[in-house]
Amino acid sequence: MRREIPLIITTIAGLVFAISYFIPHWPFVEAESIFGDWIAIVQAFAIWLGALNLIKVSLEKIYRKKEDAFYSGIIIVCLLVTLGIGFYDGFSGGAQSSFRDTGTTFDWLYRFIYTPLTSTMFAMLAFFVASASYRAFRARNFEATLLLIAGFFVMGGRVPLFDLALKPFTDVPYFSEFAGWIMAYPLTAGMTAIMIGIALGIMSSSLRIILGIERSHIGGA
Amino acid sequence: MELFGIWVAALLTLGIFSFLYKDNPVYKICESIFIGVSAGYWAIANFFDALHKKFWVGVFPTDGSDPNYMLWFGALLGVLMLLRLSSKIGWIARWPLAFIVGATAGLYMMLYFVSNAMNQVASTMRDVIVTSPETHLIMWGETIGSILIVIGVVSGLVYFFFSKEHKGVFGYTARVGIWFLMITFGAHFGYTVMSRMSLLIGRIDFLFRDWLHLLN
Repeated sequence: MRREIPLIITTIAGLVFAISYFIPHWPFVEAESIFGDWIAIVQAFAIWLGALNLIKVSLEKIYRKKEDAFYSGIIIVCLLVTLGIGFYDGFSGGAQSSFRDTGTTFDWLYRFIYTPLTSTMFAMLAFFVASASYRAFRARNFEATLLLIAGFFVMGGRVPLFDLALKPFTDVPYFSEFAGWIMAYPLTAGMTAIMIGIALGIMSSSLRIILGIERSHIGGA
Repeated sequence: MELFGIWVAALLTLGIFSFLYKDNPVYKICESIFIGVSAGYWAIANFFDALHKKFWVGVFPTDGSDPNYMLWFGALLGVLMLLRLSSKIGWIARWPLAFIVGATAGLYMMLYFVSNAMNQVASTMRDVIVTSPETHLIMWGETIGSILIVIGVVSGLVYFFFSKEHKGVFGYTARVGIWFLMITFGAHFGYTVMSRMSLLIGRIDFLFRDWLHLLN
Protein backbone atom coordinates (compact mmCIF):
# COMPACT_ATOMS: atom_id res chain seq x y z
CA MET A 1 0.00 0.00 0.00
CA ARG A 2 2.87 2.38 0.77
CA ARG A 3 4.12 2.05 -2.81
CA GLU A 4 0.96 1.29 -4.80
CA ILE A 5 -1.19 4.28 -3.76
CA PRO A 6 1.51 6.92 -4.55
CA LEU A 7 2.14 5.18 -7.90
CA ILE A 8 -1.56 5.35 -8.80
CA ILE A 9 -1.76 9.01 -7.72
CA THR A 10 1.33 9.86 -9.83
CA THR A 11 -0.06 8.14 -12.92
CA ILE A 12 -3.55 9.70 -12.66
CA ALA A 13 -2.20 13.22 -12.05
CA GLY A 14 0.31 12.92 -14.91
CA LEU A 15 -2.18 11.44 -17.38
CA VAL A 16 -4.78 14.15 -16.69
CA PHE A 17 -2.33 16.92 -17.62
CA ALA A 18 -0.94 15.03 -20.62
CA ILE A 19 -4.35 14.01 -22.04
CA SER A 20 -5.95 17.43 -21.49
CA TYR A 21 -3.41 18.87 -23.95
CA PHE A 22 -4.70 16.58 -26.71
CA ILE A 23 -8.38 16.45 -25.61
CA PRO A 24 -9.22 19.95 -24.30
CA HIS A 25 -12.81 18.98 -23.36
CA TRP A 26 -14.82 17.60 -20.43
CA PRO A 27 -13.75 15.93 -18.15
CA PHE A 28 -10.02 16.53 -18.70
CA VAL A 29 -10.10 20.34 -18.79
CA GLU A 30 -12.15 20.46 -15.57
CA ALA A 31 -9.84 17.93 -13.91
CA GLU A 32 -6.78 19.92 -15.05
CA SER A 33 -8.25 23.10 -13.52
CA ILE A 34 -9.02 21.35 -10.20
CA PHE A 35 -5.57 19.73 -10.12
CA GLY A 36 -4.00 23.13 -10.87
CA ASP A 37 -5.68 24.58 -7.75
CA TRP A 38 -4.54 21.61 -5.68
CA ILE A 39 -0.95 22.07 -6.89
CA ALA A 40 -0.95 25.73 -5.74
CA ILE A 41 -2.34 24.72 -2.32
CA VAL A 42 0.06 21.78 -1.84
CA GLN A 43 3.02 23.95 -2.91
CA ALA A 44 2.06 26.53 -0.27
CA PHE A 45 1.93 23.76 2.35
CA ALA A 46 5.34 22.55 1.10
CA ILE A 47 6.81 26.01 1.74
CA TRP A 48 5.31 25.91 5.24
CA LEU A 49 6.77 22.44 5.71
CA GLY A 50 10.17 23.94 4.92
CA ALA A 51 9.69 26.80 7.40
CA LEU A 52 8.48 24.42 10.15
CA ASN A 53 11.37 22.05 9.45
CA LEU A 54 13.79 25.00 9.73
CA ILE A 55 12.34 25.75 13.19
CA LYS A 56 12.57 22.05 14.14
CA VAL A 57 16.21 21.72 13.04
CA SER A 58 17.19 25.01 14.70
CA LEU A 59 15.44 24.05 17.97
CA GLU A 60 17.27 20.71 17.97
CA LYS A 61 20.59 22.54 17.65
CA ILE A 62 19.70 24.82 20.57
CA TYR A 63 18.46 21.89 22.68
CA ARG A 64 21.66 19.94 22.08
CA LYS A 65 23.73 23.10 22.71
CA LYS A 66 25.63 22.72 19.46
CA GLU A 67 28.38 25.13 18.42
CA ASP A 68 26.11 27.29 16.22
CA ALA A 69 23.12 27.27 18.62
CA PHE A 70 23.29 31.08 18.91
CA TYR A 71 22.83 31.51 15.14
CA SER A 72 19.98 28.98 15.17
CA GLY A 73 18.31 31.19 17.79
CA ILE A 74 18.66 34.21 15.49
CA ILE A 75 17.08 32.22 12.64
CA ILE A 76 14.06 31.27 14.79
CA VAL A 77 13.60 34.82 16.13
CA CYS A 78 13.83 36.38 12.64
CA LEU A 79 11.46 33.78 11.18
CA LEU A 80 8.86 34.25 13.93
CA VAL A 81 9.12 38.06 13.81
CA THR A 82 8.64 38.02 10.02
CA LEU A 83 5.65 35.67 10.34
CA GLY A 84 4.13 37.82 13.10
CA ILE A 85 4.52 41.05 11.12
CA GLY A 86 3.23 39.39 7.95
CA PHE A 87 0.10 37.98 9.62
CA TYR A 88 -0.60 41.28 11.40
CA ASP A 89 -0.26 43.35 8.19
CA GLY A 90 -2.17 40.75 6.15
CA PHE A 91 -5.20 40.54 8.42
CA SER A 92 -5.37 44.03 9.94
CA GLY A 93 -5.96 46.00 6.74
CA GLY A 94 -9.25 44.45 5.60
CA ALA A 95 -10.17 42.67 2.37
CA GLN A 96 -8.93 45.40 0.02
CA SER A 97 -5.43 45.68 1.47
CA SER A 98 -2.43 43.35 1.19
CA PHE A 99 0.59 42.58 3.36
CA ARG A 100 2.69 43.87 0.44
CA ASP A 101 1.15 47.37 0.50
CA THR A 102 3.62 50.27 0.63
CA GLY A 103 4.00 51.67 4.13
CA THR A 104 3.32 48.42 5.99
CA THR A 105 5.92 47.03 8.39
CA PHE A 106 6.20 43.94 6.18
CA ASP A 107 7.02 46.18 3.21
CA TRP A 108 9.72 47.87 5.34
CA LEU A 109 11.10 44.43 6.19
CA TYR A 110 11.14 43.53 2.50
CA ARG A 111 12.77 46.78 1.33
CA PHE A 112 15.41 47.21 4.03
CA ILE A 113 16.24 43.66 5.13
CA TYR A 114 15.16 41.03 2.58
CA THR A 115 16.13 42.89 -0.63
CA PRO A 116 19.56 44.19 0.54
CA LEU A 117 20.51 40.78 1.94
CA THR A 118 19.40 38.92 -1.21
CA SER A 119 21.16 41.24 -3.65
CA THR A 120 24.34 41.40 -1.51
CA MET A 121 24.46 37.60 -1.31
CA PHE A 122 24.26 37.37 -5.11
CA ALA A 123 26.64 40.32 -5.58
CA MET A 124 29.22 38.43 -3.49
CA LEU A 125 29.22 35.77 -6.18
CA ALA A 126 30.91 38.30 -8.48
CA PHE A 127 34.09 37.98 -6.38
CA PHE A 128 33.94 34.19 -6.21
CA VAL A 129 33.22 33.88 -9.93
CA ALA A 130 36.18 36.19 -10.66
CA SER A 131 38.57 34.10 -8.53
CA ALA A 132 37.16 30.83 -9.95
CA SER A 133 37.55 32.07 -13.53
CA TYR A 134 41.16 33.13 -12.82
CA ARG A 135 41.92 29.53 -11.80
CA ALA A 136 39.75 27.76 -14.39
CA PHE A 137 40.23 29.91 -17.50
CA ARG A 138 43.40 28.42 -18.94
CA ALA A 139 43.69 27.98 -22.71
CA ARG A 140 44.80 24.34 -22.34
CA ASN A 141 43.23 23.16 -25.62
CA PHE A 142 41.15 24.48 -28.52
CA GLU A 143 37.78 23.97 -26.76
CA ALA A 144 38.96 25.77 -23.60
CA THR A 145 40.29 28.62 -25.78
CA LEU A 146 36.87 28.99 -27.44
CA LEU A 147 35.23 29.20 -24.00
CA LEU A 148 37.80 31.76 -22.87
CA ILE A 149 37.42 33.94 -25.99
CA ALA A 150 33.60 33.88 -25.88
CA GLY A 151 33.57 34.74 -22.17
CA PHE A 152 36.13 37.51 -22.64
CA PHE A 153 34.31 39.20 -25.50
CA VAL A 154 30.86 38.97 -23.89
CA MET A 155 32.22 40.47 -20.66
CA GLY A 156 34.22 43.11 -22.55
CA GLY A 157 31.30 43.97 -24.79
CA ARG A 158 29.04 44.74 -21.84
CA VAL A 159 31.21 47.56 -20.47
CA PRO A 160 32.20 50.74 -22.34
CA LEU A 161 35.87 50.49 -21.29
CA PHE A 162 36.96 48.17 -24.11
CA ASP A 163 35.23 50.21 -26.83
CA LEU A 164 36.82 53.35 -25.36
CA ALA A 165 40.26 51.69 -25.60
CA LEU A 166 39.70 51.29 -29.36
CA LYS A 167 38.52 54.89 -29.73
CA PRO A 168 41.94 56.31 -30.88
CA PHE A 169 41.93 53.80 -33.78
CA THR A 170 38.30 53.53 -34.82
CA ASP A 171 34.86 54.91 -33.98
CA VAL A 172 33.21 51.51 -34.54
CA PRO A 173 32.46 49.78 -31.19
CA TYR A 174 33.94 46.47 -32.32
CA PHE A 175 33.93 44.92 -28.85
CA SER A 176 30.23 45.40 -28.18
CA GLU A 177 29.35 44.54 -31.80
CA PHE A 178 31.31 41.28 -31.65
CA ALA A 179 29.72 40.48 -28.26
CA GLY A 180 26.30 41.09 -29.83
CA TRP A 181 27.22 38.83 -32.78
CA ILE A 182 28.27 36.01 -30.40
CA MET A 183 24.98 36.38 -28.51
CA ALA A 184 22.93 36.46 -31.73
CA TYR A 185 24.40 33.49 -33.61
CA PRO A 186 26.81 30.97 -31.93
CA LEU A 187 25.08 31.36 -28.55
CA THR A 188 21.63 30.94 -30.15
CA ALA A 189 22.83 27.81 -31.97
CA GLY A 190 24.28 26.26 -28.80
CA MET A 191 21.29 27.22 -26.66
CA THR A 192 18.83 25.82 -29.22
CA ALA A 193 20.66 22.47 -29.22
CA ILE A 194 20.75 22.45 -25.41
CA MET A 195 17.05 23.37 -25.13
CA ILE A 196 15.99 20.65 -27.58
CA GLY A 197 18.16 18.19 -25.60
CA ILE A 198 16.58 19.32 -22.32
CA ALA A 199 13.07 18.97 -23.80
CA LEU A 200 13.76 15.42 -25.01
CA GLY A 201 15.26 14.54 -21.61
CA ILE A 202 12.31 15.97 -19.66
CA MET A 203 9.81 14.24 -21.95
CA SER A 204 11.43 10.84 -21.48
CA SER A 205 11.84 11.35 -17.71
CA SER A 206 8.20 12.48 -17.41
CA LEU A 207 7.02 9.44 -19.32
CA ARG A 208 9.05 7.16 -17.04
CA ILE A 209 7.50 8.83 -13.96
CA ILE A 210 3.92 8.64 -15.30
CA LEU A 211 4.29 5.00 -16.33
CA GLY A 212 5.73 4.12 -12.92
CA ILE A 213 9.16 3.06 -14.22
CA GLU A 214 10.89 5.84 -12.28
CA ARG A 215 9.97 5.46 -8.58
CA SER A 216 12.71 7.31 -6.69
CA HIS A 217 10.27 10.04 -5.54
CA ILE A 218 8.25 7.45 -3.57
CA GLY A 219 11.30 5.86 -2.06
CA GLY A 220 11.66 3.07 -4.61
CA ALA A 221 14.52 2.17 -6.95
CA MET B 1 11.69 54.76 9.65
CA GLU B 2 13.18 55.40 6.19
CA LEU B 3 16.53 56.63 7.61
CA PHE B 4 16.62 53.79 10.13
CA GLY B 5 15.88 51.35 7.31
CA ILE B 6 18.78 52.69 5.22
CA TRP B 7 21.14 52.26 8.20
CA VAL B 8 19.91 48.71 8.81
CA ALA B 9 20.28 47.84 5.10
CA ALA B 10 23.78 49.38 4.97
CA LEU B 11 24.99 47.53 8.08
CA LEU B 12 23.56 44.23 6.79
CA THR B 13 25.25 44.83 3.40
CA LEU B 14 28.61 45.47 5.08
CA GLY B 15 28.05 42.45 7.34
CA ILE B 16 27.60 40.16 4.34
CA PHE B 17 30.59 41.72 2.52
CA SER B 18 32.74 41.08 5.62
CA PHE B 19 32.87 37.42 4.48
CA LEU B 20 35.26 38.55 1.72
CA TYR B 21 37.88 39.02 4.46
CA LYS B 22 37.09 35.72 6.20
CA ASP B 23 34.24 33.81 7.85
CA ASN B 24 33.33 35.79 10.98
CA PRO B 25 30.52 36.11 13.59
CA VAL B 26 29.10 39.30 12.01
CA TYR B 27 28.66 37.50 8.67
CA LYS B 28 27.09 34.52 10.41
CA ILE B 29 24.59 36.77 12.20
CA CYS B 30 23.65 38.48 8.90
CA GLU B 31 23.40 35.09 7.20
CA SER B 32 21.09 33.81 9.97
CA ILE B 33 18.91 36.93 9.63
CA PHE B 34 18.79 36.30 5.87
CA ILE B 35 17.70 32.68 6.34
CA GLY B 36 15.04 33.52 8.95
CA VAL B 37 13.58 36.52 7.11
CA SER B 38 13.60 34.71 3.72
CA ALA B 39 11.79 31.67 5.14
CA GLY B 40 9.27 33.93 6.86
CA TYR B 41 8.74 36.07 3.76
CA TRP B 42 7.99 33.12 1.48
CA ALA B 43 5.82 31.42 4.12
CA ILE B 44 3.71 34.60 4.43
CA ALA B 45 3.61 35.19 0.65
CA ASN B 46 2.39 31.61 0.05
CA PHE B 47 -0.07 31.78 2.92
CA PHE B 48 -1.86 34.85 1.56
CA ASP B 49 -1.40 34.20 -2.19
CA ALA B 50 -2.31 30.49 -2.23
CA LEU B 51 -3.89 29.37 1.03
CA HIS B 52 -5.95 32.49 1.74
CA LYS B 53 -6.75 33.75 -1.76
CA LYS B 54 -7.22 30.38 -3.44
CA PHE B 55 -8.37 28.01 -0.72
CA TRP B 56 -10.11 30.10 1.95
CA VAL B 57 -11.84 32.53 -0.41
CA GLY B 58 -12.75 29.61 -2.71
CA VAL B 59 -14.31 27.52 0.06
CA PHE B 60 -15.92 30.45 1.91
CA PRO B 61 -16.73 32.98 -0.84
CA THR B 62 -17.94 36.39 0.29
CA ASP B 63 -19.23 37.56 -3.12
CA GLY B 64 -22.21 35.19 -3.21
CA SER B 65 -20.65 32.64 -5.60
CA ASP B 66 -20.88 28.88 -4.99
CA PRO B 67 -18.26 27.39 -2.66
CA ASN B 68 -15.68 25.19 -4.37
CA TYR B 69 -15.65 22.11 -2.14
CA MET B 70 -13.07 20.36 -4.35
CA LEU B 71 -10.45 22.65 -2.79
CA TRP B 72 -10.79 20.68 0.47
CA PHE B 73 -8.99 17.76 -1.23
CA GLY B 74 -6.09 20.09 -2.07
CA ALA B 75 -5.95 21.23 1.57
CA LEU B 76 -6.10 17.59 2.71
CA LEU B 77 -3.12 16.76 0.48
CA GLY B 78 -1.32 19.79 1.93
CA VAL B 79 -1.96 18.66 5.52
CA LEU B 80 -0.70 15.18 4.58
CA MET B 81 2.46 16.88 3.30
CA LEU B 82 3.03 18.38 6.78
CA LEU B 83 3.06 14.85 8.26
CA ARG B 84 6.59 14.60 6.84
CA LEU B 85 7.67 16.21 10.11
CA SER B 86 6.61 13.07 11.99
CA SER B 87 9.04 10.16 11.98
CA LYS B 88 6.26 7.56 12.55
CA ILE B 89 3.68 8.54 9.92
CA GLY B 90 5.95 10.61 7.69
CA TRP B 91 5.54 8.08 4.86
CA ILE B 92 2.01 9.43 4.21
CA ALA B 93 3.68 12.59 2.84
CA ARG B 94 4.56 10.49 -0.21
CA TRP B 95 0.94 10.80 -1.39
CA PRO B 96 0.92 14.59 -1.93
CA LEU B 97 4.51 14.33 -3.18
CA ALA B 98 3.39 11.70 -5.70
CA PHE B 99 0.58 14.03 -6.81
CA ILE B 100 2.96 16.98 -7.29
CA VAL B 101 5.57 14.86 -9.12
CA GLY B 102 2.95 13.23 -11.37
CA ALA B 103 1.17 16.49 -12.18
CA THR B 104 4.46 18.29 -12.85
CA ALA B 105 5.63 15.42 -15.06
CA GLY B 106 2.41 15.51 -17.11
CA LEU B 107 2.44 19.30 -17.35
CA TYR B 108 6.14 19.64 -18.24
CA MET B 109 6.05 16.78 -20.73
CA MET B 110 3.64 18.73 -22.94
CA LEU B 111 5.00 22.18 -22.07
CA TYR B 112 8.58 21.33 -23.01
CA PHE B 113 7.44 19.37 -26.06
CA VAL B 114 5.76 22.52 -27.39
CA SER B 115 7.98 25.35 -26.15
CA ASN B 116 11.45 23.81 -26.17
CA ALA B 117 11.35 21.01 -28.74
CA MET B 118 8.86 22.06 -31.46
CA ASN B 119 9.31 25.85 -31.22
CA GLN B 120 13.10 25.57 -31.23
CA VAL B 121 13.04 23.22 -34.22
CA ALA B 122 10.70 25.64 -36.03
CA SER B 123 12.95 28.64 -35.26
CA THR B 124 15.94 26.75 -36.71
CA MET B 125 14.11 26.20 -40.02
CA ARG B 126 14.98 29.61 -41.39
CA ASP B 127 16.10 31.14 -44.69
CA VAL B 128 19.77 30.24 -44.84
CA ILE B 129 20.55 32.90 -47.48
CA VAL B 130 19.30 36.27 -46.22
CA THR B 131 18.71 39.01 -48.81
CA SER B 132 17.92 42.68 -48.39
CA PRO B 133 14.18 43.42 -48.94
CA GLU B 134 15.03 46.61 -50.88
CA THR B 135 18.06 45.76 -53.02
CA HIS B 136 17.63 41.92 -53.05
CA LEU B 137 21.38 41.59 -52.51
CA ILE B 138 22.76 38.95 -50.17
CA MET B 139 23.33 40.22 -46.61
CA TRP B 140 26.54 38.35 -45.82
CA GLY B 141 26.59 38.96 -42.05
CA GLU B 142 23.09 37.55 -41.50
CA THR B 143 23.63 34.76 -44.03
CA ILE B 144 26.80 33.52 -42.31
CA GLY B 145 24.97 33.81 -38.98
CA SER B 146 22.03 31.71 -40.25
CA ILE B 147 24.39 29.04 -41.64
CA LEU B 148 26.21 29.00 -38.27
CA ILE B 149 22.92 28.50 -36.41
CA VAL B 150 21.92 25.52 -38.58
CA ILE B 151 25.40 23.95 -38.30
CA GLY B 152 25.52 24.66 -34.55
CA VAL B 153 22.10 23.18 -33.78
CA VAL B 154 22.62 20.03 -35.88
CA SER B 155 26.16 19.38 -34.62
CA GLY B 156 25.14 20.14 -31.02
CA LEU B 157 22.31 17.61 -31.23
CA VAL B 158 24.68 15.06 -32.77
CA TYR B 159 26.98 15.54 -29.75
CA PHE B 160 24.04 14.83 -27.38
CA PHE B 161 23.23 11.58 -29.25
CA PHE B 162 25.04 8.92 -27.26
CA SER B 163 23.40 5.85 -28.79
CA LYS B 164 26.04 5.81 -31.55
CA GLU B 165 29.78 5.88 -31.00
CA HIS B 166 31.34 9.26 -31.81
CA LYS B 167 33.60 8.04 -34.64
CA GLY B 168 34.22 9.03 -38.28
CA VAL B 169 31.92 11.71 -39.79
CA PHE B 170 29.61 11.40 -36.77
CA GLY B 171 32.55 12.02 -34.43
CA TYR B 172 33.78 15.05 -36.41
CA THR B 173 30.25 16.53 -36.38
CA ALA B 174 30.01 15.94 -32.62
CA ARG B 175 33.37 17.72 -32.23
CA VAL B 176 32.01 20.77 -34.05
CA GLY B 177 29.03 20.55 -31.68
CA ILE B 178 31.41 20.71 -28.70
CA TRP B 179 32.91 23.93 -30.15
CA PHE B 180 29.49 25.55 -30.32
CA LEU B 181 28.63 24.36 -26.82
CA MET B 182 31.93 25.76 -25.51
CA ILE B 183 31.18 29.17 -27.07
CA THR B 184 27.70 28.98 -25.51
CA PHE B 185 29.06 28.17 -22.06
CA GLY B 186 31.71 30.90 -22.34
CA ALA B 187 29.14 33.51 -23.43
CA HIS B 188 26.78 32.40 -20.66
CA PHE B 189 29.57 32.60 -18.14
CA GLY B 190 30.44 36.12 -19.26
CA TYR B 191 26.80 37.13 -19.13
CA THR B 192 26.40 35.71 -15.60
CA VAL B 193 29.54 37.48 -14.40
CA MET B 194 28.25 40.78 -15.76
CA SER B 195 24.84 40.32 -14.10
CA ARG B 196 26.55 39.66 -10.76
CA MET B 197 28.75 42.71 -11.37
CA SER B 198 25.69 44.88 -11.94
CA LEU B 199 24.28 43.65 -8.60
CA LEU B 200 27.60 44.50 -6.93
CA ILE B 201 27.58 47.97 -8.52
CA GLY B 202 24.00 48.37 -7.24
CA ARG B 203 25.04 47.57 -3.66
CA ILE B 204 28.08 49.87 -3.80
CA ASP B 205 25.89 52.58 -5.33
CA PHE B 206 23.45 52.12 -2.43
CA LEU B 207 26.24 52.45 0.14
CA PHE B 208 27.81 55.54 -1.41
CA ARG B 209 24.66 57.29 -2.61
CA ASP B 210 21.79 56.42 -0.22
CA TRP B 211 23.77 55.78 2.96
CA LEU B 212 26.88 57.99 2.86
CA HIS B 213 25.53 60.62 0.39
CA LEU B 214 28.93 60.75 -1.35
CA LEU B 215 27.35 60.53 -4.82
CA ASN B 216 24.73 62.85 -6.27
